[in-house]
Amino acid sequence: MLQSMLLLRRFEEKVEELFMVKGALIGPSHLYLGQEAVAVGAMSALAPDDLTVTTYRGHGHALAKRVPAKLCMAELFGKETGNCKGLGGSMHVAIYPKTGSLYATAIVGSGIPIAAGVGLGLKQKKSKNIVATFFGDGACNTGAFHEGTNLIAVWKLPVLLFCENNQYAMSTPVKRAVSSPSIAERGRAYGMETIVVDGNDVISVYVAAKIAAERARSRSEPTFLECVTYKMKGHGVYDKAEYRPKEEVEKWLARDPIIVFKKKLLDGKTMTQSEIDAVEDKVKQEIEESVEFAMQGSFLPFNTIQSYVYAEE
Amino acid sequence: MLRDPNVILLGEEIGVFNGVYKVTRGLLDEFGPERVRDTPISEAAIAGAAVGLALAGLKPVAEIMYMDFLPICMDQLATQAAKMRFMSGGQLKVPMVLRTQYSLGRQHGSQHSQFTPAWFLQVPGIKIVLPSNPYDAKGLLKSSIRDPNPVLFIESGLLYRTKGPVPEEEYTIPLGQAEVKRKGEDITIVGISRQVGEALSAAIKLEQSGISAEVIDVRTLQPLDLKTIVESVKRTSRLVIASDDVKTGGVGAEISASVSENAFGYLDAPIARIACPDTPIPFSPPLEQSYMPNADKIVETVKAIMGK
Repeated sequence: MLQSMLLLRRFEEKVEELFMVKGALIGPSHLYLGQEAVAVGAMSALAPDDLTVTTYRGHGHALAKRVPAKLCMAELFGKETGNCKGLGGSMHVAIYPKTGSLYATAIVGSGIPIAAGVGLGLKQKKSKNIVATFFGDGACNTGAFHEGTNLIAVWKLPVLLFCENNQYAMSTPVKRAVSSPSIAERGRAYGMETIVVDGNDVISVYVAAKIAAERARSRSEPTFLECVTYKMKGHGVYDKAEYRPKEEVEKWLARDPIIVFKKKLLDGKTMTQSEIDAVEDKVKQEIEESVEFAMQGSFLPFNTIQSYVYAEE
Repeated sequence: MLRDPNVILLGEEIGVFNGVYKVTRGLLDEFGPERVRDTPISEAAIAGAAVGLALAGLKPVAEIMYMDFLPICMDQLATQAAKMRFMSGGQLKVPMVLRTQYSLGRQHGSQHSQFTPAWFLQVPGIKIVLPSNPYDAKGLLKSSIRDPNPVLFIESGLLYRTKGPVPEEEYTIPLGQAEVKRKGEDITIVGISRQVGEALSAAIKLEQSGISAEVIDVRTLQPLDLKTIVESVKRTSRLVIASDDVKTGGVGAEISASVSENAFGYLDAPIARIACPDTPIPFSPPLEQSYMPNADKIVETVKAIMGK
């Protein structure tokens, strides 16, 4: 889990550097910095062939669901060697059905009805697999959220709804956008089992997700998990997030999920500092290799893009 | 549904109620509630669930009760389903059908009568199918269900009571093939959906005036069989397009532009569009009748073009 969290963190740090310092990447890019415990805790509780429907803030979900980092990086560079051949880009980097990373949408809230359909499909086929969908606090105010959540509940579908409450929908704080005392109440309102979890503690997320996954798998019952976390940076890579109070930022940075987890591992003597350092080195190397791989790739020839619009078979 | 157990139906009132226009009559009894699913009134969730079902390997046929309700699920159709294959670099496939109907001519007023296929022409990745008769409805629906892409299947509510031969046996009609319904020499009339029947009635009346009209049913707008239309226009040198949508920015405009690009030199007269005026649809029955394109309006337009 630590390796996965570090991979997510170092990947995003590299992406930020490639945007801001080197100008090598362009376009919108929504970093997952600070939310690593959610994706890693959740994915660790899923089976490798369980499915996910995530969002445009999906680099973290993709990597945690084992989409190879080099494919993700090549996708960010818009290269043919990316998992979506450069046709998707940053916001769709978590589309890689081979590892169960089924879909990533760039329209807030729209993944929830899709997850309902995937869940119904799995249930209908009597599959042992389940689907997890990830969305932010902002999504909870969309019509698609309410329609999709209701359908999931009323049809008892094997769906895990991970609401990553990172406190801000772009620059709008939850308090100014969500009428109910908590987002979790909305899950309850639809008659769903609901868990509020510390989204900066990977173990808490893992345990909650494990319980929810078991319920979905054995009884086809959905669970709404509100993971309370914090977006360390702004909405997109160019957003300096100056609208946030300094004290608030400092409070959350002190609860950095990676710092929290490292401390837990060291205090519990699960890992030594040198073992952690070794993992850091390994991750660093993987990131360097992914950038190398991405830079070497070529672009899809323009005259072939038409062939990706419609499927033939 | 008998052939492929993965075909699953979902929509408002399609099961117990047999469909608001009884299109799905008897299917719940035959196939059970797991394959014929009544949904809440949640168009975005219906379309979204269809997308998800398709991603999970099933073949959903979702129903949206009125075409006017499509904007509620436009995101799922236009921004999700239609783009998934492309954005994923070919990794994903979305074999789904979304059936709907438009009720122009049934006194349903401005919000239950619209025919807006042109909106979807701006969305590469989706196919648009419009049967004009019972035979085609069966053949095109089978092809749509078997197609590996999202298909918008638009029925005309006014045609639900049309009778016509439908063979019991298996047949399909390929998507992207227009049909020449009637051969003619002097003018080509392209009909869309309900207007195919009106064009055929017009052609019979025109014959009495000594005008030989060729009538083409596009059957699908995406893909559009431009070749059949252009070949016809090259012979007749004149073109009229009849459809039930609003004239400005409608399907007639698209077909007209494409024919101009491909057969301008063959035209002996400006292309004419027969469509609805640019207003919402009036409820009042006589006003609605005046509003709708029909055979008489086609006849009048053709005669003017022919100078007769």
